Amino acid sequence: MFAVEDLSAAYGPVKALNGVSFTAERGQVTAVLGANGAGKTTLLRTVSGLVRSTKGSVKLDGKDITRTATEKLTSYGLSHVPEGRGVIAELTVVENLRLGGLHRATGSEPMSIERVFELFPRLGERREATAHMLSGGERQMLVIGRALMARPTVLLLDEPSLGLAPRVVAQIFDLLRGLVQTEELTVVLVEQNARSALSIADHGVVLNLGKVVASAPAAELAADEQLRHAYLGF
Amino acid sequence: MKLTERLRSLTRPVRSVPLARHLLVGLIAFLVVAAIIGSSSQYLQTRYAEMAFFAIAAGGLTVLTGLSGQLSLGHGALMAVGAYAATLVLERTGGETLADVFVALLVAIAVCAVVGVIVGVPAARLHGPYIAGATLTLAVAVPRLANQWEFLGGEQGLQVPVPRAAELPVWIQDLVWFFTAAEIDQYSFLAYLGWFLLILAFVALANLSRSRIGRRWRAVRDDDVSAELAGIHLGRARVVAFTVSAMCAGLAGGLMAMNVRLTAPGAFTITLSLTLLAAVVLGGLGSLTGALIGAGVLAFLPHFATDLGESAGLSATQAAEVTPVVYGLVLMLVILLAPAGIVGSLRMFLARSSLGQTKEKTT
Amino acid sequence: MQQFLDTTLGGLVLGAVYAAFALALCLIWRSTRIVNFAQAAMAMVTTYIALSLINVDVPYWVAFLAAIAAGFVLGAVIERVIIRPVEGKAELNAVILTLGLFMVLHGLTALVFGVQHRGFPAPVSTNAMTVGDTSIGITPFGILTIVVVAVVMAGLVVLFRFTDLGLRMRASAFNGEVSRLLGVRVGRMLTLGWALAAAVGAVAGMLIAGGDLVNPAFMDPFVIYGFIAAVLGGLDSPIGSVIGGLILGLSLSYVTGYVGEHLAPLVALGILMLVLLVRPSGLFAAAAARRV
Repeated sequence: MFAVEDLSAAYGPVKALNGVSFTAERGQVTAVLGANGAGKTTLLRTVSGLVRSTKGSVKLDGKDITRTATEKLTSYGLSHVPEGRGVIAELTVVENLRLGGLHRATGSEPMSIERVFELFPRLGERREATAHMLSGGERQMLVIGRALMARPTVLLLDEPSLGLAPRVVAQIFDLLRGLVQTEELTVVLVEQNARSALSIADHGVVLNLGKVVASAPAAELAADEQLRHAYLGF
Repeated sequence: MKLTERLRSLTRPVRSVPLARHLLVGLIAFLVVAAIIGSSSQYLQTRYAEMAFFAIAAGGLTVLTGLSGQLSLGHGALMAVGAYAATLVLERTGGETLADVFVALLVAIAVCAVVGVIVGVPAARLHGPYIAGATLTLAVAVPRLANQWEFLGGEQGLQVPVPRAAELPVWIQDLVWFFTAAEIDQYSFLAYLGWFLLILAFVALANLSRSRIGRRWRAVRDDDVSAELAGIHLGRARVVAFTVSAMCAGLAGGLMAMNVRLTAPGAFTITLSLTLLAAVVLGGLGSLTGALIGAGVLAFLPHFATDLGESAGLSATQAAEVTPVVYGLVLMLVILLAPAGIVGSLRMFLARSSLGQTKEKTT
Repeated sequence: MQQFLDTTLGGLVLGAVYAAFALALCLIWRSTRIVNFAQAAMAMVTTYIALSLINVDVPYWVAFLAAIAAGFVLGAVIERVIIRPVEGKAELNAVILTLGLFMVLHGLTALVFGVQHRGFPAPVSTNAMTVGDTSIGITPFGILTIVVVAVVMAGLVVLFRFTDLGLRMRASAFNGEVSRLLGVRVGRMLTLGWALAAAVGAVAGMLIAGGDLVNPAFMDPFVIYGFIAAVLGGLDSPIGSVIGGLILGLSLSYVTGYVGEHLAPLVALGILMLVLLVRPSGLFAAAAARRV
């Protein structure tokens, strides 16, 4: 179980996160929703230690990982997938994947690159291509595949739908849903595209101005018309 | 009307026109400096003369780096060009009169202006490490040319004829005597000449940086894209800045030749260029006062450092190496201890001082 | 014809050394986006360390390895202590900082070892070789120089292309934040980049000094020639740096042989300006144009 308790962070005088708490269960997709600037990306960056938290804690299976160095998190089984531009553009597809497998969760079996290519056949066709040659959808597949190489138990995904065509988004979300079941993952899915996210999520957390304004099963959130209008834009 | 007010109204034309104000300040400064030079020992007079040409070169470099945001590590080479130009003219004319001296210096400035344009045009398109590398290459390449052509005297260099004090116009001799109660001689003459030209050069630079041209330079330095959108021709502004600063280096080189009495490639090493940079960085980029302070350090520090080294038991040649170590440390410490960076702290400083000025104007 | 051949061979040897030097600059540029103007001074220091060892009868090749090790340590320490604070700051800061370092290392070496010229031994002959009864313009040491540079280059290619460590270093250089998220210790990789570069620089220093005279200024021309060679190759590409080094070595050898040795730096400046103004991303760049 992945739990965030009372987490706060600030950019100078601006409070970007203000006491955010939620839990994400194993084998489930937890969607974190909200408008631009609601603090979604800051939440992930704070969890990863890229932004320093001012208050609160992050727990992974009961273990406090709040102040852990960013570099160590993959060995604890936590992988943060930055949004699609997070491929290392100068490296090839295979090199990006190799890099992902170098610092695995402690005690885990290595994952073969071929397995990633089974999940994302499109990447297998372009294995020697330099990442900057890939399309947006391919890049998104690459960053997810790269994160899987580290054998994570918790996957933090930042806006995987950003800039992608609806058909591609559906494809990636389907894959993700499948992965959650086969790999027993805990997925925290940060999304602005609330409709698509809620369609695969089990649980939803809505942020506004750095605070949690709603936390409920995904179906319930999708049914709450007032909430949808106010915060989710559909 | 009170007396002070009447005085203020009388001097208003002078205070409100920058050039007039700068000239007035310059004149007063020169009188003060002349009094100091006149009553100083020969050793100090030589240091003052040295300080003057370093300050002229550093002032030019300050204008380039501080105001237009370009870097030059090639000013040692430009000083070499000025020195050789002045030396060759003095060789032809004999260098016996004051007129010979001024002709030689004017030629040095003119030649460096041409070189400044030639170097400045391509340099205007470079930034950061690229312009540093290119101008550093210039610093290495130019002095080597003296070995290539015989009329430049090779490694041994050229002797520089300088007028003897007795050959100076009588009115100057008299003026100096009345003013300082001391006869003018070789050493004090070079100090007077150096400081006279230094003050003239600084008045010109101060005026320039207050003018339209100076404002353009600052605009280009702070944000070249916006400056270009505002209709400032980027390349042209940078070339003008480079040329002005090359002319200063030329004048400084000419004066240096007269002081050293020998123009040889060995005097214009990479270290000279880096030393000038140290003076500018130490004094604070963009400030002429800073350049003057930096030049003072350049003129006096080597002697202190060498003495210090020798008293610590080093050989003379080794003790001479203490100075570059100090300069290098100065460069590193300034960068490391000003965490916002030179450019950053400079901008903060300028922002504060320009705020101060607008306040002055409104009161 | 004989002169042309000799000049060409001389140019290749010179070019190999420039290549090694450019390679060192390129390694640092790739990892930290800084041009290290102190590179030559650092190599000069390690060469002096080797000379001190040789003077107390340490075998040449042991001293050679010691110079490399000293370079490695020096590079790492300099990155950690001096360079780290300016990484990612205004580029003028790093330029001025490395220039200051250049002066300090230069002066300190002169203080410790004196400014006089000292002979530096070579492990093999530095006399021109003969074929039949005509001598040709290359020495056994020249051949050794080319071989050593080739080995260094091959070693770096293997490191970067085929090892996990090389992959980590490249990733850190290209995208530090993403690399950290993947568990790479980026800070260590940058330090390692500087250390490796300084070690390569130390090799170059040994090759330049071999069979020649050294004084604290003996590496000064390489500040600029290494830079120009690296810019020729695009600064970002190790292979480009090597080719840039060879082109520069040959050009300067021809200028020295046929026009006049004192014009060499001016011609080098001309080549630099031509490349910067006409092909700013280097002769071999495939990627997008860079801002010079």
